[in-house]
Amino acid sequence: MLWLLWLVPALPLAGFAILFLTAGRLKKPAVAAIGVGSTGLSVVFAFIVTGAFLAAPPAGHAYHEVLWRWIAIGHFTPNVALRLDPLSLIMMLVVTFVGFLIHLYSAEFMEADEGYSRYFAWLNLFMAAMLVLVLAANLLLLYAGWEGVGLCSYLLIGFWYRDPANGRAARKAFIVTRIGDTAFILGIIYLFLSLGTLDIAALMDRARQAWPVGSGMADLAAALLLGGALGKSAQLPLQTWLPDAMAGPTPVSALIHAATMVTAGVYLIARTHVLFMLAPPVQLAVAAVGAATLLLAAFSALNQHDLKRIIAYSTISQIGYMFLALGVGAWTAAIFHFMTHAFFKSLLFLAAGAVMMRIGDEHDIFRMGGLWRRLPVAFLTFLAGAVSLSALPIISAGFYSKDIILLAAWQSGPSGPGLWAAGFVAAFLTALYIFRAVFIVFFGPMHTTPTSRYGWRIVVPLSILSVLALVGGLVETPAWLGGIAAFSNLLAPALPAYRGMAAGSAAQATVMAVDAFIAVFGVTIAYFAFLRRPALVTRLVTAPAARALSRFWLAGWGFDWLYDRVLVRPFVGLARLNRGDVIDAFYSGVAFANCAANKLLSETVNGRLRWYSAWLAAGSLAAIAIMMFA
Amino acid sequence: MNAVFYIAAAVAVVATAMVVTRSNVVHALLYLIVSLLAAAVVFYVLGAPFAAALEVIIYAGAIMVLFVFVVMMLNLGADATVQERQWIRPRAWIGPAFLSAVLVGLLIYMLAAGGGGIAAQREVGAKQVGIVLFGPYLLAVELASMLLLAGLVAAYHLGREDGG
Amino acid sequence: MVSLPPTAPLILAIILFALGLAGVLVRRNLVVMLMAIEIMLNAAGLAFIAAGMRWGQADGQILFILILTLAAAEVSVGLAMILRLHYRGEPLDADLTNRLRG
Repeated sequence: MLWLLWLVPALPLAGFAILFLTAGRLKKPAVAAIGVGSTGLSVVFAFIVTGAFLAAPPAGHAYHEVLWRWIAIGHFTPNVALRLDPLSLIMMLVVTFVGFLIHLYSAEFMEADEGYSRYFAWLNLFMAAMLVLVLAANLLLLYAGWEGVGLCSYLLIGFWYRDPANGRAARKAFIVTRIGDTAFILGIIYLFLSLGTLDIAALMDRARQAWPVGSGMADLAAALLLGGALGKSAQLPLQTWLPDAMAGPTPVSALIHAATMVTAGVYLIARTHVLFMLAPPVQLAVAAVGAATLLLAAFSALNQHDLKRIIAYSTISQIGYMFLALGVGAWTAAIFHFMTHAFFKSLLFLAAGAVMMRIGDEHDIFRMGGLWRRLPVAFLTFLAGAVSLSALPIISAGFYSKDIILLAAWQSGPSGPGLWAAGFVAAFLTALYIFRAVFIVFFGPMHTTPTSRYGWRIVVPLSILSVLALVGGLVETPAWLGGIAAFSNLLAPALPAYRGMAAGSAAQATVMAVDAFIAVFGVTIAYFAFLRRPALVTRLVTAPAARALSRFWLAGWGFDWLYDRVLVRPFVGLARLNRGDVIDAFYSGVAFANCAANKLLSETVNGRLRWYSAWLAAGSLAAIAIMMFA
Repeated sequence: MNAVFYIAAAVAVVATAMVVTRSNVVHALLYLIVSLLAAAVVFYVLGAPFAAALEVIIYAGAIMVLFVFVVMMLNLGADATVQERQWIRPRAWIGPAFLSAVLVGLLIYMLAAGGGGIAAQREVGAKQVGIVLFGPYLLAVELASMLLLAGLVAAYHLGREDGG
Repeated sequence: MVSLPPTAPLILAIILFALGLAGVLVRRNLVVMLMAIEIMLNAAGLAFIAAGMRWGQADGQILFILILTLAAAEVSVGLAMILRLHYRGEPLDADLTNRLRG
């Protein structure tokens, strides 16, 4: 049954083709049936393939399916080929399943929108591109999916294109990620030139043989791939696009900018982990970038008053955790956190969308409040997501994945405690900012009155995701909680296990206890600060120094300001200088000379018969003279 | 007979000069007929009586009559002469005179450089010309007849009053 | 028969040709220009006859006859065009009929 694998990306693509070619002529129920149905079928086939894979694992725990040869230029013969190994299996499952739930949710959420068909066409295209990215057997096909999801991200951020601000946000996302993509394609070219293949498995083997650990070439290749991952996953210094990407519809933020596309960088690094293991400095850089990003974004999230931006900064922060895990070599933990994050973060977005759609698309948390009684479904599901995000011990999926990451960071050699401290502080901040949102949005005085009701297409995905956000972590538990290792066992053939301390040491237990405690502490602080004694916070925030700091964090640490001054304005200035096109001046000069010559010569074509005959005579004379004297 | 040649040549040159310089078209036309007749004399002196006859009959006769008719139909009056005089200003002569002088100089220099030989003093009569014309030059005769036919058709077409 | 230097008739032809050329270049009246062209053609014919006589052969005269034919055809077409212009009320000025201007 494994050969059905190609259907998994092909079905959403077919859905896209139908919706795109009918160009909005279908009725909305038909659109929803095609859009949701194609992903639904894709989920079914993904489960069938998974069942077949688990029942009888193919040789080497990797199934390779060549669909056709893409290009053949000399030795450069990339195939359109899919590869299913435990890593891509998990990615595929999460992407299809969460994607399907979000499609279902969208079917109701976007019902009133006139661009319904366009929306589902692009959402389906996104699914197809993301699955190609995940399942690609070679880097070139992976890159095609990579660019495909970037395109869909652009299209969906600017979905409501009538507002120029949305178009600007879309362009910003596209251009900023393009910086990373350029590094990525350079990395692909470099890898092909030095190793002679783009097939990922072969590439990893050859790299292992050709490059010693710490060689400059491995450093360069890994750094270029890291550049691509940074752009796509919105990590420092390319993180600025993600908060603005919230201009798109909320389910899009849930699917693309939380669950799937932004984690493509994590997947890329995990997929090419051999290169990163050969390049310890770059791997350390991954960890450092992750640590810095997660702290930065957590502080920014603390100050936002747009609900979606809080969650967006939280996404940046959580992907920072994944990068941290990758950087310290805890590959499995990163993918584990990707999975739980996909559950609880898409849940948070969907629940936030469910809140906002009922109160007139209000984004500002300070104009909400007291909604828990009126919107119990949204409240409970958002709470589930918040619990999971802040990693409350035992009862949340986020706890298990974050716990492994922090532990791995602690144990990762000399820089370990520093990395751990960053993650630890951010864990506290995470609990603080997300429960700040919970308390402000759902408790306190009411400022708005909700309207209408939810249909099953919103309730069902929210419920399923809530359950997953709470118990989805139970596939991998620490030793004192049963020591289930299903997840890491599944991934073992694809990713090397974390080489840390043996379980059970005293330091380890302390770290884990502290990690568990800090989340609870953060929630408690949030409770007192934002619900019981809001005056305290108000007094704190109105202090001049705090206000400046708050404004600084609100603006995402001023990165936009900095990039605007350092990059955008000089570029725009250059463009303005070159508006007349300096290089073109030469070519228009040629054209001008031709025109002048034409004018000069056309003066001689004056239609005067005698003038012509005079020149005829002069020409004949010259010919005769030349004949005679030469 | 040399004297005849020189006299005829002088007449031809003077008459031609008058053709080019006269402002009255009818005068110019008459001078042209004189020039052509003088040329016919030259032909005769050179020993080509047939060509001389053709010169008189066709050139000085038929073609010039055509010109006369056209000038008549144009009905050019005194105004035209005045206008013509205005057109022929001394300054207009500078360029063409220079060009023509250079041409004459160049060709005569070439002639002198090539030079040599006494002219064969033998008459080539109509019979001889006819034999050659309808012998080796038959194709040229046919082409000439086509040319004339084309000229005839074109003249007829252009001359129609309603045509265009 | 005469005993001329062979260059004499050729010199005459050259002078006539140059005069015709000057006429074409100076005059603006189309009729006169046509006449000047006749002069040039005649001069060319004279040159051919002189050359033919130099060798005592008929070919020169035959070429003269062909030139004569050409002149007749050319004059008939040219004069017809002049008449056409005249009937359309346009002046017979070579400098004004310049619709070929580029």
